[in-house]
Amino acid sequence: MAGTVLRGWGRAASSASRIVGPPRDGAAPPHHARGVIGRGAARSYGDAAQNAGGLVVDMTGRGRIDRIDLQTGRARVEAGLTLDELLRAIIPHGWFLPVTPGTRMITVGGAIAADVHGKNHLADGSIRRHLTGFTLLLADGSRRWVTPADGDVFAATLGGMGLTGLVVDAELELRPISTARMRTSTRTTADLDDTLAALSDSGATYRVASLDLMSRDRRLGRAIVDTGEHASVDDLDPAAARDPLHYDPPRRLDVPDVFPSGLLNRATARAFTAALFARAPRAHRIDIVDVASFFFPLDAIGHWNHVYGPRGFVQYQFAIPLGQEWALHRIAGRLAAARCPTFVVVLKRLGPGAGMLSFPIDGWTLAVDTPAGVAGLSALLDSCDETVCEAGGRIYLAKDGRLRADRMSTMYPDLEAWREVRTRLDPDGRWRSDLGRRLGLCTPWD
Amino acid sequence: MNNALAVPGTVVLLGGTSDIGLAIVGQLVARGTRTVVLAGRDQPALQHSGDRFGDAKVHLVGYDTTDDQAHTRTVDEISAMVGDIDLAICAVGVLGDQQDLARDPVATSHLLRTNFVGPAASLIAVAERMRTQGHGRMIVLSSVAGERVRAENYVYGASKAGLDGFAMGLGDALADSGVDVLVVRPGFVRTRMTVGREPAPFATNAEEVAAATIRGLERGQDIVWAPGILRWVMAVLRHLPRALFRRLSS
Repeated sequence: MAGTVLRGWGRAASSASRIVGPPRDGAAPPHHARGVIGRGAARSYGDAAQNAGGLVVDMTGRGRIDRIDLQTGRARVEAGLTLDELLRAIIPHGWFLPVTPGTRMITVGGAIAADVHGKNHLADGSIRRHLTGFTLLLADGSRRWVTPADGDVFAATLGGMGLTGLVVDAELELRPISTARMRTSTRTTADLDDTLAALSDSGATYRVASLDLMSRDRRLGRAIVDTGEHASVDDLDPAAARDPLHYDPPRRLDVPDVFPSGLLNRATARAFTAALFARAPRAHRIDIVDVASFFFPLDAIGHWNHVYGPRGFVQYQFAIPLGQEWALHRIAGRLAAARCPTFVVVLKRLGPGAGMLSFPIDGWTLAVDTPAGVAGLSALLDSCDETVCEAGGRIYLAKDGRLRADRMSTMYPDLEAWREVRTRLDPDGRWRSDLGRRLGLCTPWD
Repeated sequence: MNNALAVPGTVVLLGGTSDIGLAIVGQLVARGTRTVVLAGRDQPALQHSGDRFGDAKVHLVGYDTTDDQAHTRTVDEISAMVGDIDLAICAVGVLGDQQDLARDPVATSHLLRTNFVGPAASLIAVAERMRTQGHGRMIVLSSVAGERVRAENYVYGASKAGLDGFAMGLGDALADSGVDVLVVRPGFVRTRMTVGREPAPFATNAEEVAAATIRGLERGQDIVWAPGILRWVMAVLRHLPRALFRRLSS
């Protein structure tokens, strides 16, 4: 078939699909023997937003803001709108997103499909808690307004990776802010236990730790722990206080696609980690920073994924329940012992989750970026999966490109219930993706 | 699907009793491949080969590479059985006895059909299927013998030279289709096929060739030499003046 080769953000898994525009109002989803899947900003790391040999609906053209109620903070938007565009529209009016992942370059539809969480999951939950509803285009061409009261359709779609239907638009409740700044506190911890304690003991709304997984001594798991709150006008210096809602995130440098694979390796990972910790404050340091640099530090560099070269990289992100911290120690130790080059390593505290394929569970989540060409990586991450399963945890599907299908039912105990909802909504299995095929989520039409 | 770390869900081995092919499949199963299809003529031998993949579901398919009508039929049969073919390994081939081949046009024709014509036709059928799938990978077992054909085994060498060129061209033709081709060029490999022959320099074994092949898959390479040094050895041999090459290889 004549198609376009599509990849996820990690660029390590590719396939050819035919890209089509979003169906017109009232129209059914396009039909193809190999199915169809929605694609937003293509920020899933693996193979979630591609459909080999079939159709992919490009939603990026459907990014209108339908209505924002500046009194109540309710925003009704089309699914192809990026969080970046939404933030630019709402921050000057004193509103912010209730939940943001580590990048603002994703679409609202993608955020719902992955049920994204942020640094405030313990306090505020994932995006599901802030949705009043969304329009779901079903396989039979009907459009349904789905609200949290809709029970299993809502629960199956949040985190359902686009396999229950296509999110067309959504309404969410925004968070009021009085400034576009964050009051942050930063410190460096000594080891993994110290890091876990720092994240647990902080009372802050936003908490995140950048871990050292390159040291193979006691410093393994030490971290730069950042916590933050939205700043009040009183926190700002007089100059900034004159325009407290000023928001103009830095123009993005774009990394060209010229880097060879292998540039990011053990040596550069070690140097990168050393440099990161060398300039980090030891004791608590209080800063006032703009929201973009607190929430989206990597968005300042466009296409940073190109630095990994054409072979790409994988992000290994898992969650484990509270009380199973041994699993974090074991996996950190295993990655370090294997001398796996790790770059962005992020540890967060999660609160209780809900829903069938949603990622968050009451506990911890660790995300690790590593180049795809590392020798032995497949077996290494498989052994980590085993530990995650043993601890009662799971892998984040929005990041995944490599999990084995046979682990899905252990990691997601609601998988069978999710399948039932999918079968009801899409009896012929029209919504299909590479991720769905790989993980057996589309069966029996794999 | 092939996952982001080059592990296929389903692998098809054409030439289902090949030592190198089976070694590759074995290492893939150890990495998580769940479904294996062994295609070949000798059912009991296929059965025996399949017994080693305890963790995977194994299917056996009858397949004769010299039957022109068999290629599309076999691929269709496999697809009906297991769905998408994520990875196909073409390991069909015989060494032949050069002494006999040099005097026997029928035997020469048969070897070329077995080693080149048949596999090329099968690869066409597989490529057609994978184009429709929008994804897939092929591994083609070539040989350094095809890199510069020697008097000692010129029929075999020519068959591999033909297949190698075919596979490289096919890979280029499939660029941007989601499908790719990896050509593997082993040197002397100690297998059942080479039993009783004097090992050439840089001799290797099936497991080593398989490991190098999988490393090539992981790295997205389109050529793998096994062992790697043969790339440089052959770069020299390939350009030797003919008189010198003749003396060296005799």
